[in-house]
Amino acid sequence: MSSFDTFEPVLLEAAGIDDGHTIESYRSRGGYAPLEKLLSEKQPPEVVEMVKSSGLRGRGGAGFMTGLKWTFLPKDHPGPIYLCVNADESEPGTFNNRILMEDDPHQVLEGTIISAYATRASTAYIYLRYEYPKSWDILQKAIDEAYAAGFLGENIKGSGFSLDIYLHRGAAAYICGEETGLIESLEGKRAWPRIKPPFPAIEGVFRKPTVVNNIETMACVAQIARRGVDWFRSIGIPADPNNPRDPGSYGPKLYCLSGHVEKPGCYEAPLGITARELIDRFGGGVWKGRQAKAVIPGGISMGLMTEDELDTPLDFAGPGTVGCLGLGTAAVVVVDETVSIVDFLHNSCRFFAHESCGQCTPCREGTSWSLRMLERIRAGKGRLRDLDLLAEIGDTMGMMPGSTICGLADGAAWPIKNSIAKFRDEFEDYIKQTNPTGYMETDPVPALPIVTTH
Amino acid sequence: MIANRKVLTEDMLARIEALASRYPTKQALTLPALHVVHDELRHVPLDAVVEIAELLDLAPAEVQDTLTFYQFFYQEKPHGKVRAFVCRSISCALRGGEQVLEHLCEKAGIKPGETTADGHITIEPAECLGACDFAPCMLAGNDLHKDLTPEKADVFLESVGRQDG
Repeated sequence: MSSFDTFEPVLLEAAGIDDGHTIESYRSRGGYAPLEKLLSEKQPPEVVEMVKSSGLRGRGGAGFMTGLKWTFLPKDHPGPIYLCVNADESEPGTFNNRILMEDDPHQVLEGTIISAYATRASTAYIYLRYEYPKSWDILQKAIDEAYAAGFLGENIKGSGFSLDIYLHRGAAAYICGEETGLIESLEGKRAWPRIKPPFPAIEGVFRKPTVVNNIETMACVAQIARRGVDWFRSIGIPADPNNPRDPGSYGPKLYCLSGHVEKPGCYEAPLGITARELIDRFGGGVWKGRQAKAVIPGGISMGLMTEDELDTPLDFAGPGTVGCLGLGTAAVVVVDETVSIVDFLHNSCRFFAHESCGQCTPCREGTSWSLRMLERIRAGKGRLRDLDLLAEIGDTMGMMPGSTICGLADGAAWPIKNSIAKFRDEFEDYIKQTNPTGYMETDPVPALPIVTTH
Repeated sequence: MIANRKVLTEDMLARIEALASRYPTKQALTLPALHVVHDELRHVPLDAVVEIAELLDLAPAEVQDTLTFYQFFYQEKPHGKVRAFVCRSISCALRGGEQVLEHLCEKAGIKPGETTADGHITIEPAECLGACDFAPCMLAGNDLHKDLTPEKADVFLESVGRQDG
């Protein structure tokens, strides 16, 4: 693994540069030259091979191998093939896509054009969440610049390859970040995730082969084209030689650090930095000289690490070794020692109850009932039995137990499971103190009306 | 052509139709069309749903289905001249987001999700706005308000009150 001291940020190279978002700035930094070279020298299968051999894994949360995903497209398909770039960044704690789009939109566009060339897509949609109006303006201006410079449109730089990129605006729904939810939404429907198979590569948007990739993944593709596969593989955590199923965690990563740190922000580091290093080196430590009580490793749906677990490397494999769901979006949220774990879990449950799309019963009911139970516990009517019920909900809703179509419910379950497993004593103390006469009851109780959602 | 057009203006139609070549199906224009109407009227009345359906060769129920799924769209009455989303997700909540939301609503004399009687402002709780580096934050119109405090919230409310007409 490359040392942090010699590591130079590349995805964030435009940060702090005046007018870094313009095409002139991007070209002066070496941008778009790799695209021109690649269009004249490489065939699409060679580009797929390049990305595959780089070991790039999708940056949107699931960490699937990007090049491998592209190979699932049918060979010799008459087209059209679509590329959807997922900019519906909505995972609590996550803002790296916003930074990339606003600081260096051409890096994103170059990666998108290269990816479209590799996958033979002639149309790319960037599905941008409603909440990013500034990103919309900057990205649209960058798209206009790229058309004017001949990097988009018909017969790009005489290569015979043509591509249009369109921005598509979302309407504030977390589920649109799920790739088949995004596809349904793009088609003009409610964003209900699809049952897979067929996977989008076979039948995606408008019933055509489709690839869905994250904004940061696109930026990584641009950097791989510019700096090479060997450069990319020199960064991060190599594959475990004793585990043939481990594809490794290569390349730079944008970590979003927020919550109770002195200096929240988006920081670029080699994959595999530990949460503690991130907090201390970049974040200026936990704020107000306090201790961390818990840290979210990659967006709230990934669960929680305790203070003792902060030396876990934040690569694709690390968070799983301490019971978290995974690296997710690498959005690290620090929760200090003064925060009640009951309040933390209530916030998480409220988010998922609000964002469950309602298609699968275990998720719709599980998220809403877990919120009602947390409301009741916070109202001083909790029972120890509720902790077992919550844990049961956590264990039974999701793709992993096989009860839902998409992973939203797993993301809702993980904070519940981790909180109760790692902080059960605190929950029990809270319930005993706030409900001294009733905490041992086990009979069914009516729910309280929910007052904090709408 | 839409029979008995009441809501969609020529300008709205032109803006929707300008996007048609981007998508292989008419249905894909549903969200863009809803946005065009909503941007202009701050809600999408039922008549507009019927007209959009006619424009896109859909049943009104199909457009209404999409509209109601995204809680973003107002239907029965418009939201305020300014629509402020105050983040309540974890990173903002940890740094006082809920207190800012409460403070704003108290000062404006409304509950979260409501519009002031003069129609100046709607204040809504929002899930993560993707600006956790500036928590607690608020999106009002196209403006992101960063590192909010009750004092900054007061200044914001005053500026909204001054925008008359």
